[in-house]
Amino acid sequence: MRHPKKVIQSRLAFFIYSVIAFSRAFSQPSSELPETNFIFRYEMLAPPPGPPATVSAMDLPNDPGKGIIVSWQKAPGDNDVFHTVVGYAIYRSQFADSGFTLISRIPGGSSSYSDSDTSLVNGRKYYFKVAALYKNDTLYSSPAGPAVPEPQLFHKQRIVVLALMLLFSGSALFLISRARRGKNVYVRPIAGIDAVDEAIGRATEMGRPILFVPGLGEASRVATIAAFTVLARVARKVAEYQTRIIVPNYDPVVMTICQEVVKEAYAAAGRPEGFNERDVYFVTQDQFPYTASVNGTMLRERPATNFYMGKFYAESLILSETGFVAGSIQIAGTDELVQIPFFVAACDYTLMGEELYAASAYLSQEPQQLGTIKAQDWGKVVAILLMIVGAVVYFFSTPAGDSFSAFVQGG
Amino acid sequence: MKREVPLVIVFVSGAFMAFQYFVPHYISAAVYQYALNWTIIVGIFTLVVGIGSLVGLHYDRISRRKEQWRYSIVTLVALTFVTVIGLYSPDAIQNPRGLFMHVYFYVLAPVTATMFALLAFFIASAAYRAFRARTVLASLLLLSAVIVMLGRVPIGEYLTGWLPEGLRFSDIAKFILDYPNTAAKRAIYIGVGLGVAATSLKIILGVERTWLGGGQ
Repeated sequence: MRHPKKVIQSRLAFFIYSVIAFSRAFSQPSSELPETNFIFRYEMLAPPPGPPATVSAMDLPNDPGKGIIVSWQKAPGDNDVFHTVVGYAIYRSQFADSGFTLISRIPGGSSSYSDSDTSLVNGRKYYFKVAALYKNDTLYSSPAGPAVPEPQLFHKQRIVVLALMLLFSGSALFLISRARRGKNVYVRPIAGIDAVDEAIGRATEMGRPILFVPGLGEASRVATIAAFTVLARVARKVAEYQTRIIVPNYDPVVMTICQEVVKEAYAAAGRPEGFNERDVYFVTQDQFPYTASVNGTMLRERPATNFYMGKFYAESLILSETGFVAGSIQIAGTDELVQIPFFVAACDYTLMGEELYAASAYLSQEPQQLGTIKAQDWGKVVAILLMIVGAVVYFFSTPAGDSFSAFVQGG
Repeated sequence: MKREVPLVIVFVSGAFMAFQYFVPHYISAAVYQYALNWTIIVGIFTLVVGIGSLVGLHYDRISRRKEQWRYSIVTLVALTFVTVIGLYSPDAIQNPRGLFMHVYFYVLAPVTATMFALLAFFIASAAYRAFRARTVLASLLLLSAVIVMLGRVPIGEYLTGWLPEGLRFSDIAKFILDYPNTAAKRAIYIGVGLGVAATSLKIILGVERTWLGGGQ
């Protein structure tokens, strides 16, 4: 049977059903059989107008206060068939029987309204009325309430997040303390990080600079912070090998931090005079002009090695392909999933997702840093277990699961 | 002391940010908003530092006559010109017929679009290198890429439309995208999520100090 055709005329709705015969052998209607065998005609009258029923008002849950949620049962005729309700008008008062003022009009089809007016006073009682707006009628509900807005101290919908956060943090702290006590933590080799020294050595031999691009992320992005870690390591080696490092920046805050990181690295290597502030500079906060500038730097300076670490978007491939044309070794690391394939295609080494975050621990080999890597692994084990449990539960909620249960029980 | 003060600030701020996520109370929300406003204010000040860096760099390039130094003159002239017309017309952004927006629409936007358009050619050259069947894995990548590409264009349907349902390019492409591809993407997402949580924890606890500059 085909989907019913719906024809709406004023308050009348007609449903016309057509039944088409199919031959068994084909999924398409057979040409040998008549296309339409029967037509059913069903007429339905729209219900008479009425006010919204069961109106209720209560404090908006999990909010900073000054919020009330009003909900109601849709008025007669407010459905997919008739659409006779144009909208709803919400009225508010501090008294149950008088003083109602209009606070909002919302379109038909709605069944709740969140009143977050800043003029609401926490702890005060409020009453609400909802009016159904028909084409020619306005029908008011009886008053609902009192509702008292209150601020909440805990977001109840985030309890699972809190539990997981505490679990993860607890595991991390436990593993950090275990690592501090001398327990060995194995971290698998990360090719992209292992290649750092080799790439810097190559730059030194060739007498060419190193280009470090910290991406388009702000300093608050964790991927950018991970990029600082790699930059610190690279800058330290660069200072030791007396090579030059160029760091073009998209964000001025990131630039300030990069300058500090490189400066400290030169100081730590015993060559503070080697640091040139002009080599760690701000370009622009516009994506493609930034890309154009970095590309220009690549083609002018011909760096031996390019590092792309942090947040990257559409410019990732433009940068890395230009670097390839310039003949540079390229090492990239990002947690932007869409950009990872581009980097994999165009770069020699790519740190994918969590590898960028693991780089810090891998480079420092500090026990407390390695402890957090282990905590990540535990987190993955928990995620895998949850996925297995979810898959099993889902399977048994399907007809296939029912059949399997019946089979096991010998049914 | 130079190290301890930032570490304490980071610990207190980080712990508060985690705390406020679970506490919707208006005091918590107000402090959070206050912190965000400060972030914006600090960001604006650092923009001044950034522009200082840009001007210094290009001035240096011009004065030392470095390679392609003339482009630095273009940069500095453009920076000055756009700043002046922006400052001298109070409704610069609101007025689409003003000089400021003319510069935006007829200079910056086409140049930006041109850079973006280069991406199409770079995708072709990168795909050519990535899809060379030099190893078994690269061959598999090539095979899946060909199937996915053909499965999403009409010619794929034209070539395999006669095959039973489930064996056509479009069906195999859908399977590759829905199952192996989605599974791999989610695995990376889970790893990234845990990595972000671990790194955040390291920063709040002061285990990770590279952002201080050197980290010692």
